[in-house]
This record gives sequence, C-alpha cells and structure tokens, in this order.
Amino acid sequence: MSSNPAATGESPVNDPPAYNATASQPAYNYTVVRQFTIMTVIWGVVGMAVGVLIAAQLYWPGLNDILQPYSHFGRLRPLHTNAVIFAFGGCALFATSYYVVQRTCQAPLFGGLLVPFTFWGWQAVIVAAAITLPMGYTSAKEYAELEWPIDILITVVWVSYAIVFFGTIMKRKTAHIYVANWFFGAFIITIAVLHLVNSAAVPVSLFKSYSAYSGATDAMIQWWYGHNAVGFFLTAGFLGMMYYFVPKQAGRPVYSYQLSIVHFWALISIYIWAGPHHLHYSALPDWAQSLGMVMSLILLAPSWGGMINGIMTLSGAWHKLRTDPTLRFLVVSLSFYGMSTFEGPMMSIKTVNALSHNTDWTVGHVHSGALGWVAMISIGAVYHLLPVLYGRREMYSVKLINTHFWLATVGTVLYIASMWVNGIMQGLMWRAFNADGTLTYTFVESVEASGAGYFVRVLGGAFFLLGMLIMTYNMYRTVADAPDADKSVTPAQTQAA
Amino acid sequence: MSTFWSLWIIVLTVTNLILIYWVLMANRKVAVSDDEDPENKTTGHVYDGIEEYDNPLPKWWFQMFLGSMIFGVIYLILYPGLGAWKGLLGWTQINQLEREQAKAVEVFSASFGRYTDMPIEEVAREPGAVKIGVRLFGNNCAVCHGADGGGNFGFPDLTDNDWLYGGSPEQILKSLVDGRQGQMPAWDTILGEEKVVAVSEYVLALSDQAHDAARAAAGKPVFEQNCAACHAVDGTGNQVVGAPNLTDDIWLYSGTAAGIRQSVRSGRFGNMPAQKEMLREDKIYLLAAYVYSLSLEADE
Repeated sequence: MSSNPAATGESPVNDPPAYNATASQPAYNYTVVRQFTIMTVIWGVVGMAVGVLIAAQLYWPGLNDILQPYSHFGRLRPLHTNAVIFAFGGCALFATSYYVVQRTCQAPLFGGLLVPFTFWGWQAVIVAAAITLPMGYTSAKEYAELEWPIDILITVVWVSYAIVFFGTIMKRKTAHIYVANWFFGAFIITIAVLHLVNSAAVPVSLFKSYSAYSGATDAMIQWWYGHNAVGFFLTAGFLGMMYYFVPKQAGRPVYSYQLSIVHFWALISIYIWAGPHHLHYSALPDWAQSLGMVMSLILLAPSWGGMINGIMTLSGAWHKLRTDPTLRFLVVSLSFYGMSTFEGPMMSIKTVNALSHNTDWTVGHVHSGALGWVAMISIGAVYHLLPVLYGRREMYSVKLINTHFWLATVGTVLYIASMWVNGIMQGLMWRAFNADGTLTYTFVESVEASGAGYFVRVLGGAFFLLGMLIMTYNMYRTVADAPDADKSVTPAQTQAA
Repeated sequence: MSTFWSLWIIVLTVTNLILIYWVLMANRKVAVSDDEDPENKTTGHVYDGIEEYDNPLPKWWFQMFLGSMIFGVIYLILYPGLGAWKGLLGWTQINQLEREQAKAVEVFSASFGRYTDMPIEEVAREPGAVKIGVRLFGNNCAVCHGADGGGNFGFPDLTDNDWLYGGSPEQILKSLVDGRQGQMPAWDTILGEEKVVAVSEYVLALSDQAHDAARAAAGKPVFEQNCAACHAVDGTGNQVVGAPNLTDDIWLYSGTAAGIRQSVRSGRFGNMPAQKEMLREDKIYLLAAYVYSLSLEADE
C-alpha cells in the first residue's frame, strides 16, 4: 500500500483500492447528490444576491423602499443569513456528506424513501423561509428565525438525515470509519440537539410563538445555539467536506491521522462552551463569560489542526495549484479558515471584545469564515463533484473556474478589509474622549465615517456574486451538454442511482 | 449559585479539559500501524483511494495547544469561571465598571462640575460650557431632537422660542431632570367623527389657515366645551400642562387638516424621558444651559 494512487498521475477520481478489486462498486445513490449539488449553486446565487442587496441598502438607504415592507433590511437580513447558511451551506453539506459517506463506506445510502424525503423536505423548509421571513414572521432568534411549524419540519428532515447517514455508516464495507465521516456525524448529532433546545417555544398561533426561555437564560441558549451553528454547521460539517475533497483533488494522503484524532475530539468538545463570548459585559454572570472566553482561546489549536491537516496534505503536490483552480479554491478556503479561526479566539478576549463588539469587525469576521472558508470549500467541492456526477472528464470550462476563483478571492478580501477598517474605526470612535470628559464623536458621525467601507463591501459582495453566476453558467453547460463520448470516464462515475 | 450547580460546572469543565489533555498526550507518539511494511508511512487505511500518513503532531502546534490550556487554567484560578469560585483577583464586571466610573468622576468632575454653582443664564454664555453642552447634546438628545436641536415630527424644535412647558432656565432644567409626559386624549368615541372634523376646521381657523367656515363655526362651541380647558379659550395653550399654542404656525405633529383631525381623533402621546435616571446632575445642568443658549441665539 505504499504506492499512492495519485502518484501515478491519474485523475484524482480513482478506482477503488486494491483490496476491493474483486468486488464491483456498489450502486451508489447519486440522484440525491446531484439534486443537492445543483441546489447548492442555485441557493448560493439567491442568498448572495439578497446579501448584495442588503449591503447596498446600507449604502443607499432608498433601496429599502423597493417594495415596502417586504424589501426592508430588517426582513431581508434574516432571509440572507438563512439562505446562505441553511440553503446554500445546507445543500452543500447534504450533497457532499451523501457522496462521501457512500464512497468511503463503500455502501449505498441507507433509508429508502427517507433519502428523497430529506431533499424535498429541506427544499420545502427553504421555500417556507423565503416566504415567511419577508412577510415578517419571525421568532426573533438570530439564525433560528423560522416559526414553529417550520421548526418541526426541520426536525423531521434532520432526524431522517441522521437515519440515512448513520444507517449507511452501519452498513459500511470498510473496517474503519473515515475521518470525514466523524465530522459529518458530529455535525448531524449536534445540530439536532442545538435546534431542539434553542427552538423550544410556546406557540400562541400558527405563525407566532414565544421562546421557552427568558432573560439572560434565553440570551445564553440563543448564543450557545448561535455559536455552535458556526462551530458544527459551518465548521465541523465543512471540515468533513475538506477531509474528503482536499486529499482527493490533490491526490495525496492526509497529512496526519494522529492530528485528526486530537483535533476532532478537542474541537467538538470545546466548541460547545464558546457561546458566552457573544455576551461579554452583559447581564450574563461573570463565570459564564470567563468560561466562554477561556474555551474560545483553547479552541485555537483544535481549529488550526484541521487547517494544518488540509494544507500539509498538499506537500508534494503544490505544483498542482498552478493548473488546477478547483484545488486552489480548496486550499485558499483553508487559509481563510485558519485566519478566521485565529481572529475568533482573539475577538473572544474580553479586552479585545470591548473594542470589537457591535462593530462591523464582527460582520467582517463572520464573512471571512462564510465567504472565505464555507463558500470557497463548497465551491471547490462542487467543481470536483459535477463532472463525476454527470460523467464528464472535467467541467465545461476550467478557465471559467479560474475566473470564478479570482472573483471570489478578490471579493472576499474587499469585504473583509473594508469591515476591518470600519469596525476598528467605529470601536475607536465610540470610545474616544475629549479632555473635558465628553465623547469626541456622536454615534451618527461613526455611521457617516463608515460610508466608504459600506461601498467597498457592496463591491466585494458583487464580485463574489458575479463569480457564482459564472459558476451557474459553467454548471449549466456541464450538465446540459451532451455527455462525453470520452471513454476514459469510468463506469463508476457515470453510474446512476 | 447553589453548591450543586457550582460543582456541576466545575466537574464538567475540569473533566473536559483533563480528557482533552489526555487525548493530546496519548496521541503524541506516532504509532506505526503497518508492521508488515515498515517502509510504509501511512496508517494502512484506504478510503475511496484516500490514504492517511501517520505524521506526528507538529511540535509548534502541540506547544501552542498546551500553552493555551495552561493559560486557561491560570485564568480560571485568577478570575471567576469555575462555578462559585470567585477567583483570586476578586474581579467582577460590576466592580470594573465602578472603578472606571469612579475614575471618570475624579478626572472629569472638574470640567463638568465647575459650572454647577453658576446660574444657568451665565453658564449659557460660557463658550467652554456650551462646547461641552453641544457634545453632550449630540450623544444624548440629538437622536430625537436632531443634531441642531431643530426637532422632528413629535419632538419639539428647541431652537425657536416657542415652548410647550416654558423656556425659563428652571423649566428647561425641570423638563430634563423629571421628563415630561404630554397627553392629548383621543376624542373620536366621545365627540364622533362629525364633531372631530368640525373642531379641526376651527383649529385651522385659529391658526389662520384655509378652512370650511360653516364647519369651523360649528366647531367653535365644541372647542370651548372640550378643548379650552387645556388649550385655553383663545387656543393659545397652557404651559402648565404642556398644551401647545394652536394659533401660531408651529406644529409638534402636523398642522394640515388631515394631521389635525388625526390628533383630535386618536390623540397624541409625547414622552420626554427623565434624565435624572441616566445622566449625572452636573451633565444635566450643562445640557439645560446649552438648550437655553439655543433660544438665546433665536432671540438675537
């Protein structure tokens, strides 16, 4: 086994390893993977388009009035966050976890009709969100705004997802469980717990409910959920994606098995404590704030473990970055991941938080994770998946992948840099004192000073959105054009569900 | 916090940290798992063509991890965090706030406090005091009254010389300290729509605006019976209860026919919050002087 399959210069999509040579590959269910992959791109465009619109509203407030009250920032902002996290990110996680769990377990998806149900059920959740949020129905919990009937649908879909995923793991033909599946599994279980606890509410009508908690307890539950939506949905889930697509696309073994073990257990057990850093200097008791900060700092090393394992996997394959823009997406996403997981623990320190809290710095931090890490790794995974799923040697245009890569990178950098400048400036302006003891600036002066940054943010978002539109075209041509007559595509790749 | 919950937090926290420390230490040494092929640097697992090297943990990463855990333990000894344990330093966010506030009082009482013995009329003519006033106004009052004090719909203009509750220094100070609650009752159920319209036309007549003469005439007795108690028989208002003068062209809400009808029909509720709950006495005094200075400018 010392010979690395990729070292022979084969396409990264390889035949099954030797010990499986006699068995034919099981009939994998690719239909659901195709469905989720396509919807990843479509919801990505929708969610990011709403993002660009609300960013523009902050620079040109008149844009709020396109169709009042539905087009108001306050209603579109939750639509944006739900669309990019749960529609775009969620579909990407469903697609990749279903693909990865089958191929690394060498077993088709378990669950029968539950599999298509997870697809149609999840799309129903997204459509329900897209209708109810602009209409003003909200439980007023950040990233969990959907009202209780939709919450119940989410629960049913999620339990089905867990049955499909863990059922497939149980039926695996491999001796061990691959590290990508540890992360997917942790993500599925923890999101179920978070969703159930945080969304507990007392319904008063079909469209209105009140949280089961109150006061500081409600705030703590909300941010326990909110930060672990970041930790498990947007980090653990996407690390699962990383652990398959990076070594696969690079054609190199994963750097360190030991490191995967340590950083997996450390990441999932410590992340769950970090929520209180969202509530520094608030009514939350001191002990909870301190614990949240300490655990956030300890989280730096486990977070970086994933980045090291991903980036070091490329050693010996760095030259591939010159020719493979898909690999470039994957590697740059790891760099942004490393950067934002350094920034996060720093911002959780009370003294730093006293400056950064409530400023645009937080918004920039979230987007360095959301655009730089989550979106870029998903985009890389989708560019890897589409040709495999549709029996083609490669995407319709590799050049357009490259164009997309640069648009996404420049867009992300513009976004983050403008929010750093704005955020630090706002923090400093709010705490500046005159010699006579009065505040140097009024709040509105800090808003005025933020204008240029808001414009650059719109620009960055537009770059990123343009890249997604190019991806949509590239995807359309890849899917719609007649299948390749290319015989080098293996039957396994064209195999239907 | 009860002993049970305190122990709950301590046990969970410490157990988690110990387990992570154990996982870190247990995986420190590389285990070469492929005995049959010692040359092989991988674990021997293969998943869909993906292999795994058995490289050791990077040293700098290991040290960083250990360092952050040591920092965490020291922090939790010094500061509150482990349940009911208060920390050796005795720090709380409340005592930090109190320390900083006490320091601010000590440093800045000279600048704010040196005007409190002067009458407001004089303070309003001190350039230094007015400068402080502008800054305090910008952060505390401008959100309703506008950065220039020019007011907004429902929030009075402070730069003219028209006052709901009186423009003397004493009255301005009282408005600031105790706040003001303006109450115009809703008349629709008492008067009915016809009389609401009639009395609104009469108010238009009082302020010399275009009006329906017949309806205004019908509205006059309605006004005298129901409105004059607060707004006075001639409609010039009453500063004791904060009833506005209806004969000038200054309108807190709206002076149009539709706007006046709305005010009569549904009433209006004005609320100037009491600042004594929010601002120090010496700052309120400076604000009163600043607001008074605005009306001095209006006189000039």
